[in-house]
Amino acid sequence: MTDAISVARGVSWRVLHIFFTNKAFLLPSVAFPLFFFTAFVGGLSRIRQVPGFDFPTGYTAFQFVFVLLQSAAFAGVFTGFGIARDFETGFMRRLMLAAPNRSGILLGYVLSALVRWATVAAVVTIVALLAQMKVGGNGVDLFGLYALALLLNLAGALWAAGVAMRLRSQQAAPVMQMPVFLLLFFAPVYVPLNLLQGWIHGVASVNPITALLEAGRGFISGSPELTLAAFAIAVGLILGFAAWAFRGLRSAEAAG
Amino acid sequence: MTATALAQTGALGKRAVVRTARQPANVVFPLIFPMLLLAVNAGGLKAETQLPGFPTDSFLAFALAVPFVQGALLATINANVEFARDIQTGFLNRLALTPVRGIVLLVGQLGGLMTIAVVQAVFYLAVGLAFGVRLQSGFGGAAVLLLLETAIALAFASLGSWAALRTGSTEAVQGLFPVFFVFLFLSSMNIPRNLIEADWFRWVATVNPVSYLIEAVRALVITGWDWETIGLGFAVAGALSIVGFVLATHALWNRLERT
Repeated sequence: MTDAISVARGVSWRVLHIFFTNKAFLLPSVAFPLFFFTAFVGGLSRIRQVPGFDFPTGYTAFQFVFVLLQSAAFAGVFTGFGIARDFETGFMRRLMLAAPNRSGILLGYVLSALVRWATVAAVVTIVALLAQMKVGGNGVDLFGLYALALLLNLAGALWAAGVAMRLRSQQAAPVMQMPVFLLLFFAPVYVPLNLLQGWIHGVASVNPITALLEAGRGFISGSPELTLAAFAIAVGLILGFAAWAFRGLRSAEAAG
Repeated sequence: MTATALAQTGALGKRAVVRTARQPANVVFPLIFPMLLLAVNAGGLKAETQLPGFPTDSFLAFALAVPFVQGALLATINANVEFARDIQTGFLNRLALTPVRGIVLLVGQLGGLMTIAVVQAVFYLAVGLAFGVRLQSGFGGAAVLLLLETAIALAFASLGSWAALRTGSTEAVQGLFPVFFVFLFLSSMNIPRNLIEADWFRWVATVNPVSYLIEAVRALVITGWDWETIGLGFAVAGALSIVGFVLATHALWNRLERT
């Protein structure tokens, strides 16, 4: 266990050093959520006038929750890109030879994903507050919101790590990214679930991200709902993707 | 342009098309991704049609304009990444040693990109029609739509070619994607400009040339022959093409001088 922790510490330090010192990695991670936030809040704020839209804390808070969860999931996915890059450059083979406990490698990447997302979340939150976002929830509610996002970040990182460990190429980027993108956008992104119509309502109703999104919006408005279901789904996703990622690690080990 | 130059342009254009067609990711992604985004937005933003003053009751028809611009953008990025690779691998230098004129290199590359964009546009149009969208401008409007798509593709392609020639780096061209994407999202892609509530966003969308490209395509789909909007779309695409072409030609001269 000590070995795993020391390997994890080393791997996460390396990933974070690259992240924070390389503008090509840092800027897109921060800019994309901000850009979505700006585009949705600025461009679509009139949607709150649609009959039936009754979110109490306004459209900025409504979209902030989506952007926060999206940034969490994508911070995890971007970590998968880094793993794939390390395979392509040959660094991962050397790392696997050197690491006394290879589970620590996975742990290190996941920890770095958490720190990456914490940075992005801080920036997005500051910008949202500067944009006069109304917050109805208390401290406990907000803790719930960020905890939910953190769990989604873990799930995203484990999913992407599992793909990267199996495909070991940067060409796997769409495989990591596209399912996450679809899951996020097939949820009630722009309007609440009850205002969705047709096929998208059916898809969103069975999409696990919908519960996370609705719970998050409940937290920020101060009227928590679906809390238990959302945390159960998030923990379920983490457990499932942890198994997926560890099996991927074994597959990478077997491939040499 | 002489017959020889035309033949050379055709050969280089064909090469650009074939090279793209041989890479499934470069073919499938620009076809599928805009359709997915269209599906997501058409479903998620359907409630927007209930806003007073919204120009149509079909959000799918309203949003169908977006894939045409987005698809041109994606095709341009992919093909210009390949163009930059030609520079990185020295292919352009070797080509410069042949009797091919510099301008032919550029025109061939741009012609190839426009062909790819038009093929994509036919696909988007077919999907739209299959899902019940009817062009208010009729059959003639479809032809003008494809012509407009060619102009839009030329605009993005010439700017992308400039980036490829200026930097000679695939990463730099790929880096253009987020920039173009920002322009796309900060436009009137999801809501008509007159319905945008935030003043600053309406201002950004108004000065953003991509808004006029989208609105011209949209006019052909949901309004009909709105000549002012369509003309503005062609004018913006033409102006961007001229700027991009001049910059790309200048960058090409510099690059050929260096070799």
